[in-house]
Amino acid sequence: MRKQGRELRRHERKWGILLALPGILGYFLWVLGPTVVAVFMSFTDWSLASSPNWIGQQNYANLFNDFIFKKSLFVTFYYAIGSVVATLVVSFFWALMLNVELPGRSLFRTFFFIPSITPAVAVAMVWLTLYHPQFGLLNHILKSIGLPALQWIYDEKQVIPAFIVMSTWTIGYTITIFLAGLQGIPEYLYEAAMLDGATWWHKLRHVTIPMITPTIFFNLLMGIIGALQGGFTQAYIMTSGGPNYASMFYTYYIFLTAFQYGKMGYACALSVIMFIITIFLTVLVFRTSRYWVHYEAM
Amino acid sequence: MSSTGGKQKLTMQKSIIFIILLIGSLMYLMPFLWLVRSSLMSTGQIFKMPLEWIPKPFKWDNYPQALTAMPFARYFLNTVLIVVLVEVGTLLTAPMAAFAFSRLRWRGRDTIFFVLLTSLMIPYAVTLIPTFILWTKLGAINTYLPLTVPAWFGGSAYYIFLLRQFFAGLPIEYDEAAYLDGASPWQVLWKIVIPLSKPAMITVAVFTFLGVWGDLMGPIIYLNDASKYTLAVGLTIFRGAYSTKWNLLMAASTVIMVPPIVLYFLGQRYFEQGITMGGIK
Repeated sequence: MRKQGRELRRHERKWGILLALPGILGYFLWVLGPTVVAVFMSFTDWSLASSPNWIGQQNYANLFNDFIFKKSLFVTFYYAIGSVVATLVVSFFWALMLNVELPGRSLFRTFFFIPSITPAVAVAMVWLTLYHPQFGLLNHILKSIGLPALQWIYDEKQVIPAFIVMSTWTIGYTITIFLAGLQGIPEYLYEAAMLDGATWWHKLRHVTIPMITPTIFFNLLMGIIGALQGGFTQAYIMTSGGPNYASMFYTYYIFLTAFQYGKMGYACALSVIMFIITIFLTVLVFRTSRYWVHYEAM
Repeated sequence: MSSTGGKQKLTMQKSIIFIILLIGSLMYLMPFLWLVRSSLMSTGQIFKMPLEWIPKPFKWDNYPQALTAMPFARYFLNTVLIVVLVEVGTLLTAPMAAFAFSRLRWRGRDTIFFVLLTSLMIPYAVTLIPTFILWTKLGAINTYLPLTVPAWFGGSAYYIFLLRQFFAGLPIEYDEAAYLDGASPWQVLWKIVIPLSKPAMITVAVFTFLGVWGDLMGPIIYLNDASKYTLAVGLTIFRGAYSTKWNLLMAASTVIMVPPIVLYFLGQRYFEQGITMGGIK
């Protein structure tokens, strides 16, 4: 029996490595390898046409004089903060509503989810027409309730707020994860609160929100990582990064630098900066989480 | 007395929430209504003031007109080919890794899994350029290799993670019983674990489909010949050529949305269960 157990163990090791091999190889080929190369190449003047020369930190030094780089960093942060906050608040609100037992609840959930499975290209096409200053639906609505029409994505100041609004349309995944979190809150906590005569606001403030902080944490982290990389499709299809670079999302700028201008080394430097920012923010969110995430709720 | 008052308050509250949800749903569906309405109108009616909602007449031929204005049938087949290759690769190799990381015990397992997970933090823009150069050196530009081969290496760390979470929740006794009967891990994976993991597998399959179907960056970077384009790229080019023909543009956009929505409804039951797996723990 023991011999058989040991036999099984040896098999497990062999099979474990064998079955995980494609995944491990993939990590080296498509993740670790390219990342190391990107860091290395960020110190070269690599372009598609010529072989790379080592130029030290020249690319990084050039960033300081690159107006579009600074602009795209600002634009991306602006969008990330706005869309993460808006997305969390809006999806938490709808999750609370959808968590109530009502007739037709699953149908409602479907309605809120469908925008999220729509291909980003098609979403961009639809919103392009919704935001049209003259014929778009949104200005029709504004005018019908007596408000002034907006320029939306065609105005330097309005374009990012417009994209933030658009980001609150595709929140199906976030709502679903919030709903799962809400359903994990034990009923007795609400019953206890009820016995203490708590109002709905007290229950929300002292039971629901503390208990759901692990879910908020997860959605926040995913939201930040996603939003920092976001905006490519919107910029590519709807604005070309304009007007006047006001929607020059960071990923779109990397794309232009690498594939339109062919400056691969410089684009690598840009992407390394993005990487560092992502790590920094991830660590920051993790570090601060112990002050506001209630892990006993997990 | 107080209990009936409480009940009344509750039904009152529920009615208000119901109305809020009704309005909310309308808001979230509005862009779709707008899309379909515009796809069935003449441009004249679309640009008419004040706004009209019902097409008069219903211009059904916008659809054939839009779909033949560009080789969309070709783009559709191209996209389907890429989807199939990516799905097979992902649904074969991601469960393999997930199984190795959850149901087999071997030294270094958890460390390697943790390292794999770090890839979730690496922005795709970082790996994009070196990967592009690699494919250029391999002479694979303007082929579907760059868009499909990576899927055969575990799909993505996220899928491995998702499946691992699910696999880990199944009773290990099933495997042990099968091993005693002389089954190999390979057989246990495909004959026991996978059949029990329908929600997780369907979720990964749907995510993979949505990722490929809507991917814009990949095909733009790697494909040069117009005959090789995917639907997402085709729609983008169509927009450039027909930017004022909103009706045709909306008809084409509607068509590209249909497969994901159909797929969502088919897999909905499993899918919602699957999404939340990634969020918990």
